[in-house]
Amino acid sequence: MLTIESLQRIDREIAKYPVDQKQSAVMAALAIAQEQQGWLSSEAIESVANYLGMAPMAAYEVASFYNMYDLKPVGKYKLTVCTNLPCMLSGGVDAGEYLKKKLGVGFNETTPDGKITLKEGECMGACGDAPVMLVNNRRMCSCMLPEQIDKLLAELE
Amino acid sequence: MAILGAINPMLTVGLDGNNAWRLEDYLGRGGYSALKRILAEKMTPDQVIAEVKKSVLRGRGGAGFPTGLKWSFMPRSFAGDKYVVCNSDEGEPGTFKDRDILLFNPHSVIEGMIIAGYAMGAARGYNYIHGEVWEVYTRFEEALAEARAAGLLGKNILASGVDFELFAHHGYGAYICGEETALLESIEGKKGQPRYKPPFPASVGLYGKPTTINNTETFAAIPFIMNLGGEAYLEAGKPNNGGTKLFSISGHVNRPGNYEIPLGTPFSTLLEMAGGMRGGRKLKGCIPGGSSSPVVPGEIMMGCTMDYDSISKAGSMLGSGAVIVMDETTCMVKALERLSFFYYEESCGQCTPCREGTNWLYKIVHRIENGQGRPEDLDLLGRVTTNIMGRTICALGDAASMPVQSFVKHFRDEFAYHIEHKKCLVPPDVQRAGSGFFKATV
Repeated sequence: MLTIESLQRIDREIAKYPVDQKQSAVMAALAIAQEQQGWLSSEAIESVANYLGMAPMAAYEVASFYNMYDLKPVGKYKLTVCTNLPCMLSGGVDAGEYLKKKLGVGFNETTPDGKITLKEGECMGACGDAPVMLVNNRRMCSCMLPEQIDKLLAELE
Repeated sequence: MAILGAINPMLTVGLDGNNAWRLEDYLGRGGYSALKRILAEKMTPDQVIAEVKKSVLRGRGGAGFPTGLKWSFMPRSFAGDKYVVCNSDEGEPGTFKDRDILLFNPHSVIEGMIIAGYAMGAARGYNYIHGEVWEVYTRFEEALAEARAAGLLGKNILASGVDFELFAHHGYGAYICGEETALLESIEGKKGQPRYKPPFPASVGLYGKPTTINNTETFAAIPFIMNLGGEAYLEAGKPNNGGTKLFSISGHVNRPGNYEIPLGTPFSTLLEMAGGMRGGRKLKGCIPGGSSSPVVPGEIMMGCTMDYDSISKAGSMLGSGAVIVMDETTCMVKALERLSFFYYEESCGQCTPCREGTNWLYKIVHRIENGQGRPEDLDLLGRVTTNIMGRTICALGDAASMPVQSFVKHFRDEFAYHIEHKKCLVPPDVQRAGSGFFKATV
């Protein structure tokens, strides 16, 4: 289920912690599994748990607690828009509305072609660049006014 | 993002965005000289802690607890493993200073953590980095690799016989992990639910071992304190408020960003540095220390200086130094509604008063904002907050309550208007124009 490459990356994470504390690597391991698969299926969570020698339920608790893990399939691109107060003051809510209109979907929905899932996010710690959004948990996009959003959407093929 | 301005800076001197973060740049700025001197002169851990105490460095994460005192709580004679942990889980709405410190000056944090480890007899550390800022995590790992390769990190640092290993751990979207015991749970590979205190982490911390947790900016200040001397660092700020601090300014200003200024600098100066109010509009209210700190009306804020004592006198908290500026286009009910949703969403669910109470706070503010408020709602909000505050394991319940209490207290008329007229005092098109998303027209 987990590829050799994923397992090697997980091994590097395990090495950061004391030998008897492999479970500490679960957050990184789940993130790696999600990168490999696009989302976290029960099977993926279970294989991470087995690899780290922890109860599958304990790994599931972690996967369901932190909101950057996706326990359901998402589009090719997951676009998370911050609408928290500092972003809102500079157009975060407007950016969310603009995207809903452009994509024809609401928050937590995926475009019919399976390309983009739109999500509402909480503070990403980049309020000076408001409005901000995150692509696939990795790429932070700054100062997302209509023109920049249009540009981003055109880029996401 | 960038550091956009400074007065007598320390932490941000010589930085050049993404161009000067590497080890050789940091060495060129005098980096690692504090660590080298401590090891070469064989300063004792007690001497290091004494210097930090003299500086009156107060924790930069939000609580403002004296760092030197915190370090002295670590049991000196404990024979087993001890840990130093850096809290870079920067998710308090309005705060984005640690991101820039870690991106543009990661080695200052590494050096600060090694010195902390030496002072407290800890040989291992972790830096817990907010999951949303992935480039910070990857860059910190790169900086760690540089430090290891240069013999500054790991076994027998610079042939001194001192060991210190440091690793990066990333979060994955949970505000609560900024709470130090939730953060420890998270490093242990569990849900981030806070622990009862006592026991405090200095006695029972990571993996049950003595642990000290400090904020990123706190660690970044340590090399400067050791180089300048504690007294000189203290004098750079004002009495009881040592040194300079990074302030993150967001909201309705012309140049949102990070600014490093001495503690005690007037708010009006900081506002001017940030380019003043957007569109030259009037300051309506300001949240001076991150979303959990009580809102301060504009006219009171204009008379404040930016330090722990002055902001506290104004009825709020300096917190993390996250200044959220709101002008007259802001609907205060809508602003509070969004904050209340945040705390409801981020409550870990462990304590009933917080789990249920934050839900009620959001529901009530939401119905006021949507024209369904009842005249008794304002008092009801007050009652819900008093039933949350002080009745939970961690401070999230209080953090959710303080905005509600302060918004209703200072802008009660606006809330009452909403309830009576079933609409915003600030017309929706004015609010829209204020955000600047569509071309501003006011």
